[in-house]
Amino acid sequence: MSGASVELRDLTLSYGARRAVDGVSARIGEAEMVALLGPNGAGKSTLLRAVSGSGGGLATGGARQTGQVLIDDVPLDEYDGASLARMVAVVPGQTRAAFPLRVEELVALGRIPHEHPLLGPRAADRAVIDAAIERVGITNLRGRDVRELSLGERQLAVLAMAVAQAPRLLLLDEPTVHLDLRHQVAVMELLRDLAIRDGVTVLAVMHDINLAAHFFGRLLLLYQGRLVADGSPSDVLTPERIRAVYGVDPALVTVAR
Amino acid sequence: MSTSVVAGRPALARPAWLDWLRHRPIWLALAGLLALAIVAAAGVVFGSVAIAPGDTLAILGHRLLGLPVTQTWPASAETIVVELRLPRVLMALAVGGALSLAGVALQGLLRNPLADPYVLGTASGAALGAAIALLIPVQFALLGFGLIHVLAFAGALGAVAVVYRVSRLGGLSSLSSVLLTGYAIGSLLAAGLAITMYLSGQNLRQIFFYLLGSFSLASWPQVAVGLPIIVLGSAVLLTRARSLNALLLGEETAAHLGLDVRRERLVLLAAASLVTAAAVAMAGLIGFVGLVVPHVVRLVAGPNARALLPLSAIWGAAFLAMADLLARIPGELPVGVITGVIGAPFFLLVLRRYRGGYEL
Repeated sequence: MSGASVELRDLTLSYGARRAVDGVSARIGEAEMVALLGPNGAGKSTLLRAVSGSGGGLATGGARQTGQVLIDDVPLDEYDGASLARMVAVVPGQTRAAFPLRVEELVALGRIPHEHPLLGPRAADRAVIDAAIERVGITNLRGRDVRELSLGERQLAVLAMAVAQAPRLLLLDEPTVHLDLRHQVAVMELLRDLAIRDGVTVLAVMHDINLAAHFFGRLLLLYQGRLVADGSPSDVLTPERIRAVYGVDPALVTVAR
Repeated sequence: MSTSVVAGRPALARPAWLDWLRHRPIWLALAGLLALAIVAAAGVVFGSVAIAPGDTLAILGHRLLGLPVTQTWPASAETIVVELRLPRVLMALAVGGALSLAGVALQGLLRNPLADPYVLGTASGAALGAAIALLIPVQFALLGFGLIHVLAFAGALGAVAVVYRVSRLGGLSSLSSVLLTGYAIGSLLAAGLAITMYLSGQNLRQIFFYLLGSFSLASWPQVAVGLPIIVLGSAVLLTRARSLNALLLGEETAAHLGLDVRRERLVLLAAASLVTAAAVAMAGLIGFVGLVVPHVVRLVAGPNARALLPLSAIWGAAFLAMADLLARIPGELPVGVITGVIGAPFFLLVLRRYRGGYEL
C-alpha cells in the first residue's frame, strides 16, 4: 500500500468577504510528511478541512471554495464519501463520544468504511483492529472507557482508530495539543513510522514549531490565509520570517538544522 | 506505554459476568427471546377472566394450528383468548420493540442520552390530534380504527415534519438547535392540547386515558394495519447499525468515515417517527420504554449498534408485554403508569450502580 498525493490548486476558502485561505497552491507527494504551521487564524484548520473532503457536505463548515483539491490527481468532489473514507483518515482536534465507549470499541469504528455494511466487521477486520491497538501501544487500555483516559492516552486511542482505517492519507488537526512531552513524542514517532514503513502521506496542522521542525521533513507556513513559505524546516523557519509571522522573538524558537 | 497517569474518577468495578456478557451479546439476545416467549405466553394465559391454562392451550391449538381438539370450553373463553388477548399481546410486543428502536435511533442521531421517541414533537402532536378527534362530533370506525387513531397518527408525523422543516434538519443545522426546536414546537402543541381539553368538557377523561396509554382496545384489525407499518419502520432501523456507530463520535467524524450524514439523518428520523406515530396511534403515549430500554441495554452490552439495536427491540418488546400484563391484573390500569412505576426506579438503580456512564 502506498500513500496518496495531495495537490492544492489556487485554493481559496472564504467566509463571506473574509478569505480564510487565500490562493494556496502546493503539491504533497506520496509518503511525504508535511506540517501546516502558522499563527492562530492563519487558515491552517480551514485548509485541512478542505482537504478532508466533502463527505456529507460538512467538512468545510460552510466556507465558500474556489480552486481545487486533488487527491491522487483526481478532484476531491469526484470521490464518493465511502471510497474517500477508505483512502483518507482524519484525526480531528477534539473527540467526544456521545456514550460510554471502550478503547477497543473506539478503534473498531475505524473499520466502518471497510466493513460489510450489514454484517459488520469480520475476522479480517478484527485482526486489523487488534494490530492497530498493538502498534500504537495501548493494549493495556483496551477495555477502558475512553472518557476515563488522560488526554494523551485518548489521543493515542484516536490514532489507533485512524490506523485501523488503513488510510493512504492521514490528516491531523493539532495532534499533540495539550499532551505532555512523552505523549507528544509518542504521537510524532507513530506518524513518522506510518510514513516510513507504510508509506502513508501525513498532513498535520501543528501548533508547536519545535516539534514540527524536529519530526517533519517539510513545513508549509501560512500567514493570513496565504502560503508564505514551503520547504525544509531550516529553509522555512528563518528568524525574520518567524518575527514577521508570529510576531515574537525567534530566540525562543530553536530549529534543528 | 508501561506507566500511565490515569485522570478522572476511579472506575467502579463492574461484575465480571457483565464483562463476559458484553463480549457475547448473543446470550443477551437468547435470554431476551426466552423472556419474551414467557411473557407473551403469560399474557395469553392470564387476564381478568380466569381461563384454565389447558383450555387456553387447546383454544390456541384449535384456532391457530387447526388441531382437531374437541371443544370443552365456553365460546366466551375462545373469544377472550383469540379476539382480545392474542392481538393485545402482539401489539404490546410490537409497540415495545418499536419504541425501543426509535429511542436507540434518536439518542444516537441527536447524541443525547435524554432523547426518547417523543423528543421531536411526536407525543404532543399525537395528543393534540387525538384530543381534536374527540371534539369532532362525526365519528367513524374502519377496521377498528376511529378518527382518534387517524388524527393521532397524522398529528405525530405532522409535528415531526414541522420540527424537521423549521430546524432545517435536512440541511446542516446543529443538533442542539433541532432539540430546542422540538421542545418549542412541543410546547406550542401542548398549549393547543390544553385548550382542546378545556373545550372538551365531558370528554376530558377519555383524552386523559388516551394520554396515559393502554392496550385494552387492541383488536386484530388494528394489528393488521399497525403491525406492517411498525415492522417496516423497525426493519429500516435495524439496518442502520453502521450509521449509528459512525455517529458515535459526531457527524463530522461520521462523514469522514464515509457516511452520507444528510441522508442518514433523514432515514433515521423518518423511520423512527413512523414507528412512533404508529405506536402512539394504536396504544397512546407510553412513556419510559423508549428512553430506559436503550440505556439499560447500552450499559450491559455497550454502545455498538450492531448489538444495541436488536437487543433493544427484543428486551423492549418483552418489557412492554410484561408491563401490560401487570396493568391488567388489578383490572386495567393505564400501561404508561406501569412503565413509569417500574421503569424510573429501575433506571435510577442501574445508573447508580454503573455510574461513570453519562455526561449530560
